[in-house]
Amino acid sequence: MPLLWLFLLVLAIAAGAFVFARTRVLALSGQDRRTLHSLPIYYGSNAAMKSAIPALLVLVLWLLAQPFYVNNSVSGMIPDSAIGDSSSRSLVLAEVRRAADGLDLAVATGQMTEAAARDTQADISDVTDRLSEAGAIVTSQITQPVLNAAQQYRVLNSAGYRIMSVVVLLIAAAGALWGIRETKPDFRARNVVEQGVRALLIAAASIAILTTLGIVLSLVFNTIEFFRLYPASEFFFGTNWAPSFSGRGGASDLGILPLLWGTFYISIVALIVAVPIGLFAAIYLSEYAGPKVRAFAKPMLEVLAGIPTIVYGLFALLTVGPLLVQVFGDDGLGWMQAGTAVMTAGLVMGIMLIPFVSSLSDDIINAVPQAMRDGSYGLGATQSETIRQVVLPAALPGIVGAILLAASRAIGETMIVVLGAGAAARLSLNPFDAMTTVTAKIVSQLTGDSDFASPEALVAFALGMTLFVITLGLNVLALYIVRKYREQYE
Amino acid sequence: MTDASMDSAPVQGSLTTVDARTRKRNAAEKRFKAYGLVAIMIGLFFLVVLAVSILRSGIPAFTQAEVRVEFTLTQEQFDEAESQMLKTKAYENLFIAALQSQLEERGLEVSFDPAAIERLLGKTGSTIREHFRENPNQIGTPVFFNLAASSRVDGYFKGRVTRDTLVDSRFLEVSDLDLVDALADAGIIVSAFNWNFITGSDSGVDNPGGAGIGVSVIGSFFMMLVVLALSLPIGVATSIYLEEFAPQNWFTDLIEVNISNLAAVPSIVFGILGLAVFIQFMHLPQSAPLVGGLVLTLMTLPTIIISTRASLKAVPPSIREAALGVGASKMQTVFHHVLPLAAPGILTGTIIGLAQALGETAPLLLIGMVGFIARAYPEGVVSGFIDPNSAMPAQIYTWAARADAGFYEKAWGGIIILLIFLLTMNIIAIILRRRFERRW
Amino acid sequence: MYDIPHQIQETAVTDVKIKAKDVQVYYGDNHAIKDVSVEIENNTVTAFIGPSGCGKSTFLRCLNRMNDTIDICRVEGDILIDGDDIYDKRVDPVQLRAKVGMVFQKPNPFPKSIYDNIAYGPRIHGMARNKAELDEIVERALRRGAIWDEVKDRLQAPGTGLSGGQQQRLCIARAVATEPEVLLMDEPCSALDPIATAQVEELIDELRQNYAVVIVTHSMQQAARVSQKTAFFHLGNLVEYDDTSEIFTNPEDSRTESYITGRIG
Repeated sequence: MPLLWLFLLVLAIAAGAFVFARTRVLALSGQDRRTLHSLPIYYGSNAAMKSAIPALLVLVLWLLAQPFYVNNSVSGMIPDSAIGDSSSRSLVLAEVRRAADGLDLAVATGQMTEAAARDTQADISDVTDRLSEAGAIVTSQITQPVLNAAQQYRVLNSAGYRIMSVVVLLIAAAGALWGIRETKPDFRARNVVEQGVRALLIAAASIAILTTLGIVLSLVFNTIEFFRLYPASEFFFGTNWAPSFSGRGGASDLGILPLLWGTFYISIVALIVAVPIGLFAAIYLSEYAGPKVRAFAKPMLEVLAGIPTIVYGLFALLTVGPLLVQVFGDDGLGWMQAGTAVMTAGLVMGIMLIPFVSSLSDDIINAVPQAMRDGSYGLGATQSETIRQVVLPAALPGIVGAILLAASRAIGETMIVVLGAGAAARLSLNPFDAMTTVTAKIVSQLTGDSDFASPEALVAFALGMTLFVITLGLNVLALYIVRKYREQYE
Repeated sequence: MTDASMDSAPVQGSLTTVDARTRKRNAAEKRFKAYGLVAIMIGLFFLVVLAVSILRSGIPAFTQAEVRVEFTLTQEQFDEAESQMLKTKAYENLFIAALQSQLEERGLEVSFDPAAIERLLGKTGSTIREHFRENPNQIGTPVFFNLAASSRVDGYFKGRVTRDTLVDSRFLEVSDLDLVDALADAGIIVSAFNWNFITGSDSGVDNPGGAGIGVSVIGSFFMMLVVLALSLPIGVATSIYLEEFAPQNWFTDLIEVNISNLAAVPSIVFGILGLAVFIQFMHLPQSAPLVGGLVLTLMTLPTIIISTRASLKAVPPSIREAALGVGASKMQTVFHHVLPLAAPGILTGTIIGLAQALGETAPLLLIGMVGFIARAYPEGVVSGFIDPNSAMPAQIYTWAARADAGFYEKAWGGIIILLIFLLTMNIIAIILRRRFERRW
Repeated sequence: MYDIPHQIQETAVTDVKIKAKDVQVYYGDNHAIKDVSVEIENNTVTAFIGPSGCGKSTFLRCLNRMNDTIDICRVEGDILIDGDDIYDKRVDPVQLRAKVGMVFQKPNPFPKSIYDNIAYGPRIHGMARNKAELDEIVERALRRGAIWDEVKDRLQAPGTGLSGGQQQRLCIARAVATEPEVLLMDEPCSALDPIATAQVEELIDELRQNYAVVIVTHSMQQAARVSQKTAFFHLGNLVEYDDTSEIFTNPEDSRTESYITGRIG
């Protein structure tokens, strides 16, 4: 793996610079360390930092930029006539990449010599045969433009990587020299190194921003792409969800309303289960329970929060669903057709949210000052009167915030609904019907074999965008309320 | 004695007699308290139901009905079988004969169809042939064979399949169960610990019996390596910057807002990010633990940052002042004094973050860690990171989504293994916290 | 040397309202109150003074069983109100606290409107048959709390929006609204400025007409200004209990003397 070698080589240069600079400054100081401005290790670190960091930065940027450059120049080689009616430039480019990978494989397995792989006059059918013999996945007959583009792609890439290696190593060496030249006893090495470390810290902190940016950009670009292929109004106001995977475009109905309805219905069922249980549990734990009960029951309830959602999903699919069918199914009350239903997913999600509601509410109830309770007891109120009429009203904003956070969790939950809610999108009021949610459809639209450029796959990004906006709104609102509430008592 | 002439004031009577209103209020008090207790009971009840259903459905995955037959192959038999056209068939016949004689030895007279053996054990001939071709020195000596029974026989052993529910098919006929009973009486079919489930790989859609979780454990392991290697340094660096160096400005606020929002973004959205950025944009390999690890890193970072900042905050300012007072730079203060003191808390938070990441499934679905069969262990370290693999929760999901009910048992069993890992990690975190927790 | 109130002790009704005998209080292993016996009279302001941690607040909280809310607290001995032992099993603390109201160190209005703050007690005790009666109770309590004129136009405004002194008078009015017979005040002026303190002290003197008032205070001047009887606590013991004028002019115990002259405390 040449990339790994390049990386290690840069590190080796940096290590060399470290040792050299450290020895040099010690020699210059005449073995009297007190004449140095900084500890010797800082002089070494300075040289190492200057050789490694710029070089690695260039390496990363180059790796990100090269595919763009290569794609662009290769894309220019393909005439519009080579792109079929049912195809697009990006699909042809994918084919070019596959062909180039195939050529690499063929050279690696010895089916082809490097010269043959570069031969622009090569016979297409011969190349195709050799590629498939080498075990490369070649979907269709390779056309002449595609082959040439693939060859150009390989040439550009290998040249690019070679130049990159040289440039990176030169930068590393130059940095090392710069760092070593600076190494004099009165050089303020520590300050420079600390500036560098500080820059690294800031870079690490910026990753949070980059992540958000990555999420927003990947959602926005693909959503715009989707709305180019499918009208936004039909997506937001359509009441029918029926994607077709056979043909591309046209035949699919991609209305989000049934999915939103399923999402909210399941979330509401979950909250109806979780909020009363969680809230009463929190009240009991914070107001009534003795230290022993609290020490036992609180962590036990929190275990429910630590269980992965896949476990709840399986619990819904294989335990709760069949149980509900026994009671409400055709043998019982006849309301339920199958184990996967709004009720199944909602119930299990409610169980998952109990500790979420209870520990958040517990914190909030505990934040209500004791003076408030004393005032009420002093008037002769019972404990429950105090809780209902003084503590809970005082804690209400915080509890509302906690419930909003729980709602946002419920809306964004995936595994329970994928396994427990069913796959049929419908607008129904019966909680024992199978319905589906935004998250479940994101999974099903992106895990199929459909091609990423089709509206059926791109719709997942529009769904993700909707989900992101809703949960973000709920979170911001909840955090705002909770913070407001905390300030009240600080 | 007071100037108020409130005839309705309830407090005029003696304190020792409880009036009707107070009785009513006290009853309301008891009811309210009972609601709280019931709520906790319901919560704990759900926990127990969950635990029981996991254990009851999952433990059978750790056993497997096995046929144990002592079998001796003579040199002549070996030569003769090797000379035939249908070599494995010949071995199979020899094996069936041996089985029959063992049954007779124990005085059990069961007539059976040789095809029934195939339904019970699959193709035994090739297993036996392979064994003797690889170990020719064992020819002529008695060898014990442990052969896994088919998933339906296994189900019959565990009570999943009964005579009433079994429908005759080419996989198993009701009459075969007589043979199974006889073999069980003879001690030839026994229930044994299923090592293959722990160490094996996924088996494909039609063979629940052979499915194992080992390969996906390795996938999860490589993923966790990526998460640890990235999220710990980045998380600690971010926390140090925010807690110790960040000035009060818009950039710091922006970072803070981003972190608190990322903590609440649904995990599936991180999956979309991984798909769009790492796979579509950067062309990293699909289904690779590397990509899974990158996505989970981004997801785990807020958790680690929040707990790291809490432990940095817990280090009292007097320590910082002491170090600054002897002339250490701000950076030296942080790295020499604050960070080591906060290390146990950081470690605990990291382990808990890793445990969270280990159980996360939804983002893995989108970056393609389901929908294929993780058949083989990676060949080396590099291949462990970049070759397609599954991960524990993804493997469990894959099994749960398959049609054959035999896989459900495996899914529950997988959950037991996953929970054992999570439990271990959490216990380590608790022990670390207990052992190193410092109260200032 | 001290500004001793000139009004000489009223000789009228001095029947005993609360009688405590050999009271011991333990916080876990800590013996916080030792052998305290005291008789508190009706229509009298009784001040508990003493250095911090001497147990005066603890003893006050025993009188309406507020200590019940603390798990590790244990009370022994007898405390009788009108002859009933308040620690008797048959006594409901809820009923007791309606009879023995309490005002706390820091003003603690509920996060509700001024009206609801006052109406809270009467509502839970079922003292009003209808809205008109409740309005009347609220008005009477606010008038008695000497705050009516300041808040009558904004009864629906939140109680937390008032100034500190107003909040404390609101809390006193709230305690008064349930028609208690005894009013316990735990350092009611410690969080207030001098002007608000003067207003509250004036109010306390008026309240004496109707209630037995027990006030815990840090300030000896305050005790001298508002009380007729004073009890001096030290290290959990009741050192001396007598008419306020006696305590401040002619203390029997040397510890009392040291405290009021500022040598301990």
